[in-house]
Amino acid sequence: MRETAMLTVGVHQSVPIPLDIDLSCGAGEVLAVFGPSGSGKTTLLRCIAGLHRPRRARIVCAGETWTDTDAGIHVPTERRRVGLVFQDYALFPHLTARGNVMAALGDRPRQERCQEADRWLAAVHLNGLESRRAAALSGGQRQRVALARALARDPHVLLLDEPFAAVDRAIRTKLHDELDALRRRVRIPMLLVTHDFQDVVRLATDVLVIERGRAIAAGPIETLTSRADIPWSHHALDAGSVFDGRVRTRERARGLADLEFTGGGLVVPDRGLAIGAHVRLRIPAREVILAINRPEGLSLHNILEGRVSAITQHGDEHLVQVAVGDARLLAAVTRDAVNRLALAPGRPVFALIKSLSIDTFGPHAAGGFNRGDTSASPEYTTDPR
Amino acid sequence: MDWTAFTLSIQLGAGTLALLLPIGVALGRTLAVHRFAGKGIVEALVALPLVLPPTVLGFYLLVAFGGRSPLGRFFASLTSQSLAFSFEGLLLASLLVNLPFAVQPIQRAFESIPVDVREAAACCGMPWWRAWLAIELPLAWPGIVTAAVLTFAHTLGEFGVVLMVGGNIPAETRTLSIAIYDRMQAFDDRGAGIMAAMLLIVALATLAITNALSRRVGRRHA
Repeated sequence: MRETAMLTVGVHQSVPIPLDIDLSCGAGEVLAVFGPSGSGKTTLLRCIAGLHRPRRARIVCAGETWTDTDAGIHVPTERRRVGLVFQDYALFPHLTARGNVMAALGDRPRQERCQEADRWLAAVHLNGLESRRAAALSGGQRQRVALARALARDPHVLLLDEPFAAVDRAIRTKLHDELDALRRRVRIPMLLVTHDFQDVVRLATDVLVIERGRAIAAGPIETLTSRADIPWSHHALDAGSVFDGRVRTRERARGLADLEFTGGGLVVPDRGLAIGAHVRLRIPAREVILAINRPEGLSLHNILEGRVSAITQHGDEHLVQVAVGDARLLAAVTRDAVNRLALAPGRPVFALIKSLSIDTFGPHAAGGFNRGDTSASPEYTTDPR
Repeated sequence: MDWTAFTLSIQLGAGTLALLLPIGVALGRTLAVHRFAGKGIVEALVALPLVLPPTVLGFYLLVAFGGRSPLGRFFASLTSQSLAFSFEGLLLASLLVNLPFAVQPIQRAFESIPVDVREAAACCGMPWWRAWLAIELPLAWPGIVTAAVLTFAHTLGEFGVVLMVGGNIPAETRTLSIAIYDRMQAFDDRGAGIMAAMLLIVALATLAITNALSRRVGRRHA
């Protein structure tokens, strides 16, 4: 079942845009294709949608071969079950929100398409705006119409091309939450092209980092963000491990929530997270303190016991990877700290993490406060200029 | 008032419109969307009637329509009459003269449709004809209306080419414009005045109808 719903892609060409990429994405997975502008991300999506004919490629989705240059196969775009959300949304400007979604529903009876379109618009929280013209919608609303239109096609793969680039931060956080909820319902492979690492942290289950058309790192997000050998600062990013956790308990009186993740338990501020909710965590490497002995009398809540599993030097900074249970945690420390604590692979250590340093993203109960809503969380971009 | 000339002018305008508009849409869209070798030459040829003096154009058309040209001989073998100085010849000349007025606005209209909107139609699973009818045609509609107005108005007003190719044969090639000239030559100011006013009314009516038409289409998509 899982195998047949897979998307597998191999694209290899040197002109007109160099691409040398192999990837696969399963149902319910979100593969973030991350890289700077001009690295070939959009061209990759266009190959999958059939809008660009690569020189050499093999693209198979849900058991159907869409492109196989060796066999001379190129299924035209309109016959590929693909949902594509364009960067500028590309709504049909002369049609209403409903009309845009209906356009993706084929040649079924009008009445049926109309109802189906309204259902999809409701799914993206656009009730009441069905007969609003595309031109009269706000940026966030247009993005939702584009998403509804892409999903209404009942696609075998959903392709998102920088879907959050044109909306402001507050709306982006909301769209992140909605898309995350939607992905758990619509179980198809999803490819998210972005140059904003915040999108990756929030939504991706897997990551493909590309540069000048080549994959330079790939893997599940937990593994990838815990790798010490990636020069994160080279991508203008702060290193930080990403985990998926679940809310175990809330201690409202103390203002704390208790999460479980592959590395055990973590205490985070109770930002209104709902009990049992799936929460994404990010622990910035610079916020992690390493100690040889278990310290006492500290204000912080999280002392995780582990073992150094890797160390890599990047400039003056050392990235120390610590194995905590099944999890790998990154800590950024100075060369002096590495020397003083004699840090080396195999060395037992304690990782100290302030609860306030942990970013949490996820569905939360009403009246809650999510750190992702504020400007307190850092902005990630590969283009510092 | 020369009603025969009036009817002839309307027939010529309607005939030109009916034949030229599909050509204009096909050619305009092709030039807007596709890139091919010789595209610049095609565009230049389409624009040629704009810059060529009508008498020059008329002269070449007359030569091409004549009994010694392959086209003239072919037409004569089909209908046993001459293409020059006939309504059919006039219609053919009118098509060529009006090519830029029909093609250029339509080409601009299709060019103004963003590429990703066209691609989005394909991603929605629309076959080309459905994407064309439901997406491209409504978006290009204002350009098509403009092309129709320009073509019709220009056909009614064309003088030089008509005189060269058609001459001044009543019920065959004498259009209103020619008839007005004819009346003026005969010092019939009153006759010329009535017909000129007639053309003015037709022009105003055309504008009013197209205006209402495009506004209705605009509302339908509102």
